[in-house]
Amino acid sequence: MLNPKLKLNSKIFSADVEQVPIRKGFGQGLLDAGEENKNIVALCADLTESTQMNLFAEKFPERFIEVGVAEQNLVTVASGMSAMGKIPFCSSYSVFSPGRNWEQIRTTIAYNDRKVVIVGSHAGVSVGPDGGSHQALEDIALMRVLPNMDVISPCDAIEAKKATIALSKTKGPAYLRLAREKTPIITTEETPFELGKSEIYWMPEIGLASVGIIVTGSLTHQALVAAKELEDEGIKTKVLNLSSIKPIDKDAIISLAKETKALVTVEEHQVAGGIGGAVAEVIAENYPVPIEFIGVKNKFGQSGKPNELIEHYGMDKNSIKEAVKKVLIRKN
Amino acid sequence: MAFLSEAKTKELEIKANDIRQSIIEMLVEAGSGHTAGPLGMADIFTIFYFHILKHDPKNPAWEERDRVVLSNGHICPVLYATMAHSGYFPVEELKTLRKFGSRLQGHPHREYLPFIENSSGPLGCGLSQAVGMALADKIENKNTDGSTSFTTSRYIYCFMSDGEFDEGNTWEGLMLAGKNKLNNLIAVIDRNNIQIDGITEKIMPLEPLGDKLRAFNWNVIDVYGHDFKVLNEALEEAQASYNKPTIIIAHTIPCKGVKKFERDYKWHGKSPSKEEGEIALKELREFRPTN
Repeated sequence: MLNPKLKLNSKIFSADVEQVPIRKGFGQGLLDAGEENKNIVALCADLTESTQMNLFAEKFPERFIEVGVAEQNLVTVASGMSAMGKIPFCSSYSVFSPGRNWEQIRTTIAYNDRKVVIVGSHAGVSVGPDGGSHQALEDIALMRVLPNMDVISPCDAIEAKKATIALSKTKGPAYLRLAREKTPIITTEETPFELGKSEIYWMPEIGLASVGIIVTGSLTHQALVAAKELEDEGIKTKVLNLSSIKPIDKDAIISLAKETKALVTVEEHQVAGGIGGAVAEVIAENYPVPIEFIGVKNKFGQSGKPNELIEHYGMDKNSIKEAVKKVLIRKN
Repeated sequence: MAFLSEAKTKELEIKANDIRQSIIEMLVEAGSGHTAGPLGMADIFTIFYFHILKHDPKNPAWEERDRVVLSNGHICPVLYATMAHSGYFPVEELKTLRKFGSRLQGHPHREYLPFIENSSGPLGCGLSQAVGMALADKIENKNTDGSTSFTTSRYIYCFMSDGEFDEGNTWEGLMLAGKNKLNNLIAVIDRNNIQIDGITEKIMPLEPLGDKLRAFNWNVIDVYGHDFKVLNEALEEAQASYNKPTIIIAHTIPCKGVKKFERDYKWHGKSPSKEEGEIALKELREFRPTN
């Protein structure tokens, strides 16, 4: 059942569940944060509308900087603005930022310890027809390896809004990962969100779970549907929403491993260096249990419809269910 | 901008010579590091820290200070030596350069030395940080009708090398500064014509550099980088710019002050041995001001 304490969207499993792109939540969150704090500035590299920064840019044109198609400049200028007390959010597609400008982020933001929020939209294969060149599957790895850098990957537009507002109030640099496609609304305004904390979204009504599913970002809905269908088949699972990838909620992961003794990680990203890697690091050191990894495995994406690609790369609900069954066998 | 008297000029010449001696001493002690750029930029750093900059070494976090972004972090011996001589930290500390536990990292790192505005080393990203600082101040300095004020209470200065004009990021920063008419931004290029692999015009020709920069909507001033009077006038002109950022192309001599090393690109990335250091220090100690 859905964790009743979290006041999640009761229509999650309905056919008519509301669907909103995760990036829209960022746009709204930035506007709200900007209204509250005049030090917030926004920078964009010629993708203002598709990264949803246009809401802020229209409301606060004096605090919006258009740098053109220049992602290296995007983050280095943001670093300079941060040095003067501004709180810059800079957006582009995640392939370009943090893809193209990683060293500039390392040197002028992370190493320099400057408060800048790097917003990478259009992450994952669900970008769809644009093809593999535009489908970032490496960005979590690129960012979580950097000291000082927080990494957040919200599960829906509402969580993205809360994450954006929360990141406007932290001290250090952060990466916010967003997706292009419409995603079912999972949370509500009342659902708690705290950076560095992960919550169990799905749990057995009674008794212990036999597999823990740890998911991040746009695939959270697939994981919840898989969990529900598995319950109908008599397999009890828990689903942990790992939207805060760094800092990572070690306690939540270890406690899930202790209860279930078997884990499945789910992400629209390369397994290497992604949350699969992040969870494995925590588990190997603290409470080793078998893990199955759902994600892209050493391949680039390609053109197609989002759902076709999610299925092709083995990240849909059926793949998740298979992985759960596989890890159950490994554990026994 | 203060008037530069004959007496003050003489004082700056002596100070620059002291700083050059410190640079040699610290590089010999460190056993590695860059020599050509620091010696070549000693006069420019001296006029900035002892005549131009609005700063307070006893209160480095003073909000109203001018900002200095060092883009080419490898010339940090001149930054450290000049800061020490102007009172930010003891001159004695210069001997810790590049050593374990030192605040004076091989390339500057704010985590260890919070007095500096930016960490640097990887080339080509300092100018954009300075552009961001200048933009931030422009946002603060809006007129009541929403237009941008041309007056500024402080300047953002950026020291750059000529070699880092090979980097694309530099040109991205140049374009944005020109677009936004950042007249509160003044960059200084150490135009010493050398980089690690040789002469800049052979490695990757930059000329006609001034014309290129003018085409990017910058106010460009060419100067000889070892004449305090000329440098002072250039900065006066830069500060008078009302609708463009200014770039001062300072034509400098690599290793200036040590005849035996001057103009040789091989000194870009190496430090003097103890014996070479003695030769350099002997020449520098015999230096006398021009008047």
